[in-house]
Amino acid sequence: MRNENRFWFDLGPMDSIPKRGARTVRTPRREIAVFRTASDEFFALENRCPHKGGPLSEGIVHGRKVACPLHNWIIDLENGEATGADQGCARNFPIKLKNGRIYLDMGVAAPA
Amino acid sequence: MRKKLVVVGNGMAAGRVLDELFDKSPDQYDVTVFGAEPRVNYNRIMLSPVLAGEKSFADIVIHDEAWYEANKVALRRGEPIVAIDRAARTVRTADGASEPYDKLIVATGSMPIIIPVPGANLAGVVTFRDLDDVDAMLAAAAGGGRAVVIGGGLLGLEAAAGLAAKGMSVSVVHLMPTLMERQLDPNAGYLLQRAIEQRGIEVVTAANTKAIVGAARVEGVLLDDGRTLAADLVVMAVGIRPNTTLAKNSGLETKRGVVVDDFMRTSDPDIYAVGECVEHRGACYGLVAPLYDMAKVLAGQLAGEEGAGYAGSITSTKLKVTGIDLFSAGDFAEGDENDEVVLRDPARQIYKRVVLRDNKVVGAVLYGDTADGAWYFDMLKKGVDVAPMRDTLIFGQSYQGGSPLDPTAAVAALPDDAEICGCNGVCKGMIVQAITGGGLTTIDEVRARTKASASCGQCTSKVETLLVATLGDKYVAGDRKPMCKCVDLTHEEVRAQIKTKELKSLPAVMQELAWKTSCGCPSCRPALNYYLICAWPYDYKDDYQSRFINERVHANIQKDGTFSVVPRMWGGLTTPDELRAIADVADRFRIPTVKVTGGQRVDLLGVKKEDLPAVWAQLNAAGLVSGFAYAKGLRTVKTCVGSDWCRFGTQDSMGLGVKMERLLCGSWTPAKVKLAVSGCPRNCAEATVKDVGVICVDSGYDLHIAGAAGLHVRATDLLGHVDTEEAALEHVAAVIQMYREEAAYLDRLYKWVDKTGLERVRTAIMDDHDNRKALYERFVISQRVARRDPWAERAAGRDSREFTPLAVLMPVAAE
Repeated sequence: MRNENRFWFDLGPMDSIPKRGARTVRTPRREIAVFRTASDEFFALENRCPHKGGPLSEGIVHGRKVACPLHNWIIDLENGEATGADQGCARNFPIKLKNGRIYLDMGVAAPA
Repeated sequence: MRKKLVVVGNGMAAGRVLDELFDKSPDQYDVTVFGAEPRVNYNRIMLSPVLAGEKSFADIVIHDEAWYEANKVALRRGEPIVAIDRAARTVRTADGASEPYDKLIVATGSMPIIIPVPGANLAGVVTFRDLDDVDAMLAAAAGGGRAVVIGGGLLGLEAAAGLAAKGMSVSVVHLMPTLMERQLDPNAGYLLQRAIEQRGIEVVTAANTKAIVGAARVEGVLLDDGRTLAADLVVMAVGIRPNTTLAKNSGLETKRGVVVDDFMRTSDPDIYAVGECVEHRGACYGLVAPLYDMAKVLAGQLAGEEGAGYAGSITSTKLKVTGIDLFSAGDFAEGDENDEVVLRDPARQIYKRVVLRDNKVVGAVLYGDTADGAWYFDMLKKGVDVAPMRDTLIFGQSYQGGSPLDPTAAVAALPDDAEICGCNGVCKGMIVQAITGGGLTTIDEVRARTKASASCGQCTSKVETLLVATLGDKYVAGDRKPMCKCVDLTHEEVRAQIKTKELKSLPAVMQELAWKTSCGCPSCRPALNYYLICAWPYDYKDDYQSRFINERVHANIQKDGTFSVVPRMWGGLTTPDELRAIADVADRFRIPTVKVTGGQRVDLLGVKKEDLPAVWAQLNAAGLVSGFAYAKGLRTVKTCVGSDWCRFGTQDSMGLGVKMERLLCGSWTPAKVKLAVSGCPRNCAEATVKDVGVICVDSGYDLHIAGAAGLHVRATDLLGHVDTEEAALEHVAAVIQMYREEAAYLDRLYKWVDKTGLERVRTAIMDDHDNRKALYERFVISQRVARRDPWAERAAGRDSREFTPLAVLMPVAAE
């Protein structure tokens, strides 16, 4: 199915995102936030906090979490779930690292 | 009719006698104190941290002006007494004034020993006794250069560490083969020497000073073996001797010190002596604990109490060099009749040695881990038979009696006379009594009442444990809040350790201070980033990933993810050209909302992130720079028109506002800082609800601080008055710097003032001129790197990836 036929889009070298930081990828349907942790793990979430739509890419990245810049909801980067007492989920997307470059699944460009 | 008590000397002994006396009998005497130093009573043993820059003079004051007033003590500072007329019962000052007494206390302290070598009186040779000496050392250290400290005892090592911390290259010359040989055995002396050398201080032992050389001022120290050590400053710290001159000239019996009996009486029944100047049962003391014991006895005498006399003191020693833990007490000479228990852990630099005689502790030397010092010392003083616990004695108190005691139980188990605070000589019983008798519930109250933990702070956790043990469930851990869940230390403790351990990066802080998370959290990271910027303006590299988005992109994020842009309008002044430029930017970038802010400038709302650099470039071209409206830093200086236009204006408030904004702009602070300058007391600029407000009056400028008008509304407090614009600028910058250096991150200025006390800030800024100038200097130095326009840098391309997407995925053609 779709899983076997992923088309990986090359986002560029890993160093184009700072450690404990994020950059955005613009697609026709939505904006994606691509995160890099202190230990060089990469994650991709829709760039919308489940709370009030805040841009998660602007948040402070700590461990495998990001704090939304608008109201400080803490979102788990692995699955997009809000942590603690908050409820909600930002959609996550497959991402991988190969030969020092970041690849995002082209499924992001498909209709939701 | 009240009797007249005259005190000669205003040092720690004299101050302590009066404290104890007023506790027992507040209205019995009219008290006059003559002090040779031109200042209030302060904690002399804390001069080392002042020298090292860890504390200011205001921090070590024991009795402030208010204390003298409240207790109706006439303080005649800077008036040394030169003679006592015992027949007439009067004392005479150097200026010839005379003062009668019924009872007289001689508390003339001690004098540093000057070794009688050629050149000892050259300029640049100082001792380490009072604040003037510290000032002289700081002045010398300001120029860098080389210092030689003669004397490797307590005082000499503290001086050396302080001067090294101030950037001098320091050598310690010590007569004996090991450092602090009177308090330490050779093993601990060796470990100490290594620790001192690791701070970049050269240690020369077994070295005898032959002469101090130099033409007009000191140039070096010549040793017996022919070596010369170059020096721009020489500190003599070889010891002290009792200052008996006045007593001797007045015909009182003196030997090494002024001879006193067990009730501190001299050979004249109306004259007492106390402190370092006395000799009691053949012993003279140069440490603080005996002096407190003596003060208690003397106060009892003066109050007419019957009580046990003073029976001499067994002393213990602690070195006040941050990062070196060292304790010693009693007798530790090797001898046939002594047994020793020794523990060494070389990798952790720990050495403990307890000396026993007939199963009693007679001495203890602890290096590296001194937590049990008080326990051994207590057993030493009481002569406890340690035979039942000899097997585990060396492991410390928590290993006695089966399972280790938790800290609360350990403190609860201490006897009432166990010393808790060594700096201020406060024992457990006094603290417990203050808590139960005075209904105290917080550490601050205990500190204010007993002085316990008020000086070096090392015993803070012990005092807190004592509160827990005494109050039980009624104790609510009030102000000791860890910074966040990543660490157990408070903001203040983290700040202090960043300075003293010279931690200059986030990883260094997290490693050394035992962070529990790998890279912090959104609450500690911005705080640490600020503390590091403030502590090391030149060495620390700002970590943008630890800044909140607004400070990272130099604009304010809005609810829809767009940003707002606020250029500076200095003092709220603008020009037609600037307004035109703002209008052009708003048109060109289709900025939906343009609003005048409460801080007298213009806000452009709804700017797209990727447009920010171009918006800034265009604003820059018209001379407009970032207004830092997004920063924990200087926001605005609001002004009214003042004497330029207003018929009531007394001074040029607009002009001063502009100067102030130019001086302060760009500085990072714990929370936002808003200022205002009003041209007259009608206060149109609303200066009395700002962090710092200046109100111009005919005679100059009233400086107000600690106002707020947000979530919390608070009118300012008057800090003081200055006469000139220059003074206003210097005072305001000094307040801001003190706030920058001390406040917890996110505490507004008023919150910090509420916590630390207005009086302390006032003393530090208005009274302590040297301290204020030093604060101002540090502010100016940090501004040299901070006062930049972040917009211009980014318009020129810096951090461009911050403003552009990583990738744009175009619609894919149907396959």
